Formats: sequence, C-alpha cells, structure tokens
Amino acid sequence: MLKFIFRRASLVIPTFLGVTLLTFALVRLVPGDPLEMMAGERGLTPERHAELMAQYGYDRPLLEQYGLYLYELAGGDFGRSVVTKKPVLQEFFERFPATVELALCAMIFAVVIGLPMGILAAVRRGTVLDYAVMGTAVTGFSMPIFWWALLLVLFFSVNLGWTPVSGRLSAVYWVEARTGFMLIDSLLSNEKGAFGSAVSHLILPSVALGTIPLAIIARMTRSSMLEVLNEDYVRTARAKGLSPFRVVTVHALRNALIPVVTVVGLATGILLAGAILTETIFSWPGIGKWLIEAVRRRDYPTVQGGVLLVATIIMLVNLLVDLLYGVINPRIRHASERT
Amino acid sequence: MHSRLFTLAAGAALTLVLATAQAQADKTLVYCSEGSPEGFYPALYTSGTTFDATSRAIYNKLVEFDRGTTQVVPALAESWDISDDGLEYTFHLRSGVKFQSNDAFTPTRDFNADDVVFTFMRQLDPENPYHGVSGGSYEYFNGMDMPNIIKSIEKVDDMTVKFTLNQPEAPMIADLAMDFASIASAEYADAMLEAGTPDAFDQNPIGTGPFQMVRYVPDERIDYVAFDDYWAGRAAIDRLVFLITIDATQRYNKLLAGECHIMPYPNPADVEAMMANPDITVMEQAGLNIGYLAMNTEHAPFDDVRVRQAVSMAIDRDAIIEAVYQGAGVKAKNPIPPTMWSYNDAVVDYEYDPEGAKALLDEAGVSDLKVTLWAMPVQRPYNPNAARMAELMQADLAEVGITAEIVTYEWGEYLERSSKGEHDMVLLGWTGDNGDPDNFLYVLLSCAAANDGPNRARWCNEEFDNLVTQAKQVSDIAERTALYEQAQVVFKEQAPWVTIAHSVVFMPMTNNVQNYLIDPFGGHVFYGVDLAE
Repeated sequence: MLKFIFRRASLVIPTFLGVTLLTFALVRLVPGDPLEMMAGERGLTPERHAELMAQYGYDRPLLEQYGLYLYELAGGDFGRSVVTKKPVLQEFFERFPATVELALCAMIFAVVIGLPMGILAAVRRGTVLDYAVMGTAVTGFSMPIFWWALLLVLFFSVNLGWTPVSGRLSAVYWVEARTGFMLIDSLLSNEKGAFGSAVSHLILPSVALGTIPLAIIARMTRSSMLEVLNEDYVRTARAKGLSPFRVVTVHALRNALIPVVTVVGLATGILLAGAILTETIFSWPGIGKWLIEAVRRRDYPTVQGGVLLVATIIMLVNLLVDLLYGVINPRIRHASERT
Repeated sequence: MHSRLFTLAAGAALTLVLATAQAQADKTLVYCSEGSPEGFYPALYTSGTTFDATSRAIYNKLVEFDRGTTQVVPALAESWDISDDGLEYTFHLRSGVKFQSNDAFTPTRDFNADDVVFTFMRQLDPENPYHGVSGGSYEYFNGMDMPNIIKSIEKVDDMTVKFTLNQPEAPMIADLAMDFASIASAEYADAMLEAGTPDAFDQNPIGTGPFQMVRYVPDERIDYVAFDDYWAGRAAIDRLVFLITIDATQRYNKLLAGECHIMPYPNPADVEAMMANPDITVMEQAGLNIGYLAMNTEHAPFDDVRVRQAVSMAIDRDAIIEAVYQGAGVKAKNPIPPTMWSYNDAVVDYEYDPEGAKALLDEAGVSDLKVTLWAMPVQRPYNPNAARMAELMQADLAEVGITAEIVTYEWGEYLERSSKGEHDMVLLGWTGDNGDPDNFLYVLLSCAAANDGPNRARWCNEEFDNLVTQAKQVSDIAERTALYEQAQVVFKEQAPWVTIAHSVVFMPMTNNVQNYLIDPFGGHVFYGVDLAE
C-alpha cells in the first residue's frame, strides 16, 4: 500500500513543474499585459509603460522571469496580484472555502438524487420509470448550465419567492468569517436566522451545479447495476429466498458502486477547481470566478499561482480517489504491487 | 447575591432586546454592485467600481463635485485663492473634521494640513515611506500629469496648504475633485508604519467620509455603517451594503425579488420592461461620454480633410443610434457632451449625404478605397455593441464606394495596437473624469496625445492645439469658454472623428429609494439617499 502511495505521489512533482511552465507560458502568449488592461482607454505613455514593466520585472528575459518564479515558489511565495496587490495565497484561501462548500453541497445533491434514480431505473428496466429516469438524465446532462440556472432563479426566486436570487447570505445579517464556510460561520454567530439564510442561498446553486454530475451518476449507477444484477451471486442470493430489497441494496449495490465512486471522486475534483458559470450567475465568491477575472485582467501572478493551486488540489483529489479505489477493490491494489 | 445576579441578568437581557430592536430599526440600503473593488485606497486604482466603494463613500477630497452635477464645491477645503500668475493655489481647510476609527486605530486629532500634504506626497515623492506600499503605482495621478504639474506642496499652518505649480494649469481645481485626490489620515499612516503593517492602511480604510467600511468579503459583499461624526451631517441611512453581483440579469432579478434597492448597468434590452414595472423606478440621464470613430490621419487618404469629411457624411448615425443604442443615445456633433460647459451648440454638423460624400471623394481623387474598420470586442458605457455598429458603418461606406474590412482584437491588444496607430479607422470612446473640457479636448485630440497616446486619430492640428493649450493656461472661465468653442469649430471642420453618440445612463431602483441622483461621471454616490418606511 505504501509503495502504491509512493509511486502515485512521485508523479506529482513532474506534473507540478509542467503546470508551472504551461501557465507561465500561456498567460504570456495571450496579447496585452496587466498594465495596459488596467489603463484602459486612458492608456499609458510608452515611457510610463516601460517604467512599470521594469518595476514588476516583466521586462527581463522570460527564462530569467521563470527561474525567479520557480525560486520564489520553492520558498512558498506565490507572488502578489498585480491588480489587488494582495498575496495570491491569501486571495486563494479567502475564496476556496466558498468553492468547497458549494462543490460538496452540489455533490451531495447529485448523489442523494442520482443514486436512487439509477438503482430504480436498473431494477425496473424497460418500464416507463426507466425511460423517465434516463430521459431526465440525458436532459440534465445536456442542459446548458447558464440557461438552466437562470430558469431556476426566475421560477423559484422571482416568481415564487422561495429562494434567494444569489449571494451567500441575506444583506440583513452580519456573520464573522471564521472558517469561511458560511454554514459553519452562521451557526457560530449569534445572529438568529443566519443559518437558515445560508442554507436557502445554497439550494439553487447546488442544484444548478449538481445537475450534470447527477445525470452522470444516475446513468453510471444504472448500467453498473444492470451488469451486477446479471451476475451469478445475485441469482444465488435470489435463489436463497432473500427479499428483493435486500438483494438489491446489499448484494448488488455494493459491487455496482465501485465505478460510481470513481466518477463521484473525479467529478468532485473538477468541482473543486471552481465552477465558473455557476459562481458567476449566483455571485458565489469562489475560485472559478476569481481565476477568470485574473485571466481577463492579465494578472500574471494570480493566474500562475491560482492555476497551480487548483492543479495541486485536483492532483490530491485524484490521488485520494485512487487510494480509495484500492481500498474498495483489493484487486487494483494487488495488481499495482505486483508490477 | 441572588437578586444582584438577577438584576445583572435582567439588565443584560434588556440590553440585548434593545440592541435587537435597534438592529431591526436600522435603515439598510442595499446596492447590487457590478464587481469587486481592487482595493480600498483609491489613488492606487483607476476603475469606477473601486471608486464607488472607496472615494465616493469613505473619503472626502479638498473640493468635490456637487452631487449629481459637474460643479466643483468646497469640501475639506472651505475656500481657496489662486495667485494671479496661476501658479500658486492656497487652500484654507475646514476645521472640526473627524476621521473614522477601527480596531487598530483611534484618531487623536482632527483633520489638518498634514493629512493633505501626506496624501499628495505619497503619490508625488518616491522617498515617501508609503510611496512603494501596495505596489505603489498611481496611474490617475500620473495620467493627469501631476508629477510634472506640481512643483511643491507646503503646509503654511495647520489649516492652510499651498500648492505651487510648474506651469499654469486651469483644470487644477477640477483635478483635485477627482478620486485619486481623496484625503487620507497621516496619523493613521504613521501608526500603521510603526506597527509594521503599512498594507493595512490600504486595506482597512479610514477616511473623513459619510460611510465607514466595516467588512469586506472578497467577491461577495462590502458592509458600511453611517459615520456618526460626519462633518456634513450623518447619512440618512444607517447601513449601506454592496452585494457584488457580476451578472446584469441577476442584478435585475435581485431587484425584482427585493434583495437590493438599486442596481447599476442594466442590460439595454431589459430597460423597457423595467420602465413598465410599477414597482421599479428607472432614472435616466445623458452620460458624460462620447462614442466616436477615429480616422488615422497618418494613413493616406485620411490625411486629406475632404476624405474625412466624406466619411462623416457617408455614415447614417440616426440609424446607428436607433439600432445600436436602442434609443439610449443622443446624436453627437461635438467631441464633448452637451451637459459640459463650453459646449458649442452653434457648430454645424455634417448631414447624412451619400451623394455629397461621393462628390467629395471624387474631388479628392479617391476611388476603390479599401480600409480597415476596427470594432471593440467589449461593451463599453459609450458603445453597447461595437460589432453591430461596425457592420452598419460598413454598409454605409460601401454605398459611397469605400470597402471597409472589419477588424477586431482582444480588448488589451485592441487598445495597444490602436494607440500605436495600426488602424485606418477605429471605434472607441471616452468617459469624462473631472467635468473639464480639457479632459476631452486636450487629452484626446492634442498633438501631445498623438504620439502613441490616447489620440487615436493621430491628428495634430496647429490651430486646434494652440487653442486647447492656451485654454489650459488661463483661469478665467469666460476666456476658456471662448477658446474651447473655437476649438470645437476647428475640430468639426477638420473632422478627425465621426462623432457618433453620447449614451444615456439608466439607474433602476425600487420605489422606496429617495433622493438618488445620477452622477454625471458614472459614479454611484449614496450620501444623501434615503429609504421611505
């Protein structure tokens, strides 16, 4: 097991270097620089532009800039945003909890609804129920998120007034940001009603963000269940006279879950990288929106640092999924140990 | 003992009840803002979004624009004298002005001359300990040419400050009403420097303004409370909340759902529905801006004035305003908007006349002309849809025998390449900074701006340049007005731009918002605004 972890972890360093090189190069290949973007129509005189480029060190040879960047990274320094002048690491951690909170809630929504949908469709294969579930899943999967989210808002928030339009908390509450997770912070604060407000603000974004993973999970569960339901051990369990419910939930589901867990893990990793559309529509202060804004403004340090941090998180989550997979399915673990 | 405890508990409970009641009675104005501020010290930044959240709420300037107008009125300076040669500006400061406080700092003195000197020396003097803090670039201060204009700033006494200039600069007073000139506390700066946290000075702002910032959650919200000791009187509302909402459709939805009271920048397509909604009031006002088409006078045949005039006659601007601005635009004939002083209404505009244009082109010996027509990739306050506008112009130009190829680049590159003059014709625009005609006519059209500067026509006309340079150096308004009026005549005759339109600004709000005034500079100011019960 240790060897397995070691092998997987050793891949992290080259990937890490690759990411730094790629973001460093890509963000500089895009025309325009942060100083011009800030000046807008007003413009900068060529002298002032040169002066500022020198001040930020952007006039030096690219190789030297890259070397310096790596050197600073090695010391844990991600640099400062050209726009806000704040350390990139601080800006990242100010936003990351919001992204995690939304990603987890969206995933919980997707699993809680998607899993039973998939099981039902498999068990009632070929019935109206099956077609209904699969129809919903295909629709969900191909739904343009932007449109879907706005539709949800128009119906539930504007017409019915059940949920808030956007944001994380109603303007009437003041909650101290202790952990950055609004659900926890609102519970810790002594503002009555803040927790309820935080929950209600999470509903629509979670549904919007969770819709595609839900569809994937439902389809995955269904096909995986169908496969397992034809296995000999399931027939044996049935023959033993076990109740159909027990056969499905205990004998079939446990084995059918293995591919589903992988999918859930990978999808969570992707969600943790920030959901640009959902965050934009729901004014959710997460890292997806932050990174897009940084690209738009050519904020080199933020793009470099932010992408690197996101890549690190995805690598960590993937590692975790691999390990978890190994735990659920010993054959994988053993296979890797043999090679 | 028991009874004492009881009394304490009862007292505490009562306080809590009162505090809760107080909290409920608070008047909270919620503004759905369009983006996050870049920071909280305005001189470091250039975006209106940042100014709304900082200089227009937290800080004051020596002089300010009277709310809703471009008129300069006294603020932290009660009065000022200008020497006859126009080189010395002496400001007499207001006494009894209090600074705000926060957890890390409580002021021990009122506002005085030290604060004024510190504010400007930070930006001017590279030796100032704060000059390099937070990146230390002061683009507005530099952009307005302050380092060359200001020779020195001296404290005469506690309540008097003298600015000495290198050359006469008539727009100086208007310049000092701009956001970069927001006055900060020198005492707070010293305290933060001593504590080893100069960054905190820029991130946790302390000003003399009507609202005090209490918390900022990046990309989510900014909370302010009314500053009780505000020198001009406490704000009518108790709390001000900026809920940061990037998407314009969602800002509208939030307004409909009652989650905010005011929103900026509605989608042009939504305005009609908003106006029809009895629960929403939509205010509108012509903006202090201009959208134009600049012809590169260094590229033949646009060096020929007849060709430029022909283009001005070939383009049907009424159709453009109808199709692109959807009614939210006023046809422009001068480079400055009609609300600005010295606007010359006597200037005769070019009428839409394709036949006349053809005749002029023939006269200039131009035929089969092929040009590039640049269209901005982004929506700007002065031009809601440049791509559509370029298509209409392309069709109009084809009518008179000019083949225009539409070119566009990503925004940053667009600005850079057009300032270097790679275009034949470019669509762009401008929003005023200080209400002074100099800010349009000199900044955008002088010879100094023609060499890789904001003068996209790269047009350098001696007569025009003399007029606008001279108007910078005299301080008499009547004299300046005459010079600018003449400059507009020269501009129109020489036609370096096709002046397209001044756009109209819309501000939708709920019906209970009272006394809101649209800021001609495109800012959003909440002092003076009230909420009906």
